[in-house]
Amino acid sequence: MFTLIGKHIDNLLTQTGGAAEMIRSVLFWLGRSRFEFKQTVEQSVSIGVDSFGVTALTSLFTGMVLALQAGNTIGNIFGDPIFVGTIVSFSLIRELGPVLTGVVISGRAGAAVTAHIGTMAVTEQLDALYTLGTNPTRYLVIPRLFAFLLTMPVLTVFSNVFGVIGGYLVAAYALGVPGEVYFTDITTFMGVKDFMHGFIKSFVFAFMIATVCCYKGVSTRGGAEGVGKSTTGAVVTTIVLILVLDYFLTAILTAFGI
Amino acid sequence: MIEIIDLKKNFGPKQVLKDVNLKIEDGTVTCILGGSGSGKSTLIKCLVRLEQATGGRILVDGKDVTKINSEVKLAAIRRHFGYLFQDGALFDSMTVGENVAFGLKYLTDIPPADYAKVVKEKLALVGLKDVEHLNPSELSGGMRKRVSLARVLAISPKCILYDEPTTGLDPIMSDIISELILDLKHKLGVTSVVITHDMNSAFKIADKIAFLYEGRILMEGTPDELRHTDNPYVKQFVSGSSHGPIQMKIMKD
Repeated sequence: MFTLIGKHIDNLLTQTGGAAEMIRSVLFWLGRSRFEFKQTVEQSVSIGVDSFGVTALTSLFTGMVLALQAGNTIGNIFGDPIFVGTIVSFSLIRELGPVLTGVVISGRAGAAVTAHIGTMAVTEQLDALYTLGTNPTRYLVIPRLFAFLLTMPVLTVFSNVFGVIGGYLVAAYALGVPGEVYFTDITTFMGVKDFMHGFIKSFVFAFMIATVCCYKGVSTRGGAEGVGKSTTGAVVTTIVLILVLDYFLTAILTAFGI
Repeated sequence: MIEIIDLKKNFGPKQVLKDVNLKIEDGTVTCILGGSGSGKSTLIKCLVRLEQATGGRILVDGKDVTKINSEVKLAAIRRHFGYLFQDGALFDSMTVGENVAFGLKYLTDIPPADYAKVVKEKLALVGLKDVEHLNPSELSGGMRKRVSLARVLAISPKCILYDEPTTGLDPIMSDIISELILDLKHKLGVTSVVITHDMNSAFKIADKIAFLYEGRILMEGTPDELRHTDNPYVKQFVSGSSHGPIQMKIMKD
């Protein structure tokens, strides 16, 4: 029992150390090597295109269900479905937008990144990079890190927009809230700091997803089975970390008045 | 010159290389023979620090590769080497042409406009034509190996490490690759370290053959010395006999 716990802790520490070493290598090579512009653009397009459809659909229905639940509950208490726009937009922009986008990106783009780099690792393609004048950090990790940092906030904004539209559709057509009231509820109570709150979270999630998924890929061993394990591990780790980080980020950002 | 001194490499509790000592002179071809799993690939990976040695030293032109901590200095050492991987290690997200041109951007001053010419020329050297647009997945094993060799040749390294260059090739193509290794030595003075099981190729190209057994160099010498050795291990390996002191077990249920 204790051996098993010890093994898990050892494994966790090794992986955390490995990921930290990868971040150190990223910082080291950032200023010392040419920026892989083409790779970064390709990856950004790939991550954005891969995840856009699912993000839009997920957010649309989340906005819809939020409006439905909020409208019905408030309607039961106060007799009228008031502040539906405020509740939908607050929940989405501060919390669900970045979290849902993070989860979708982990499952789509994050898994693809780990599987791709992992396959390269088990077929000696990462070693080949070293012998051809570059290395995995410069050629694979840095472009993907920038691609995630670039696309995640953009996708989060789209997610917020689709969620608010979903909320509007339910508010207007199922709950009978006039569109003008729905949007006034949003603009009256939402401020720049609420957008900043979600925006900062999306950056932190992007950095975490890129780091975990690239590290899991680079450290893959053991053929096709190893690639499968790494990919599953990357998705599970990132989703759990998104939820854990979300709590602490909310606590910290709120303490700073954001 | 490359000097390997008391090189040790462990993978966990398993000691793959015990005490390897070997000198590789500039402009020569050194073949490394040994059974499957004897640590040959690990040995040449240690030379370019794709694997970190557990102990011992590897001096490349006097610099100890095992002690270099700077990533920039390591990259500078690796510039002198080309590495032909056992299974080619072609980038499967790129075409053959992009694969062969890959190192040009990082390791040469050749302008991008000339990449196509270089790619064509290097592919021709390994007997391939009009394959630039294909994906690696569309190639046979032997073709992949040759494209990989073309990728190494494109960066014109001073020393090439070959991990089984003729495995998977037909006898004629194997001989063409052997000739190519000799050509590189004679015309450009390229140093070659070749891991091979192909005895014909080894005897044809090697200036020196080293026989790796149980983590140590059991014998090194010229092809003639190996042919006429009394060492029963080397004799058995060279003759390819299943009878002798080297016991390779076949697992039976």
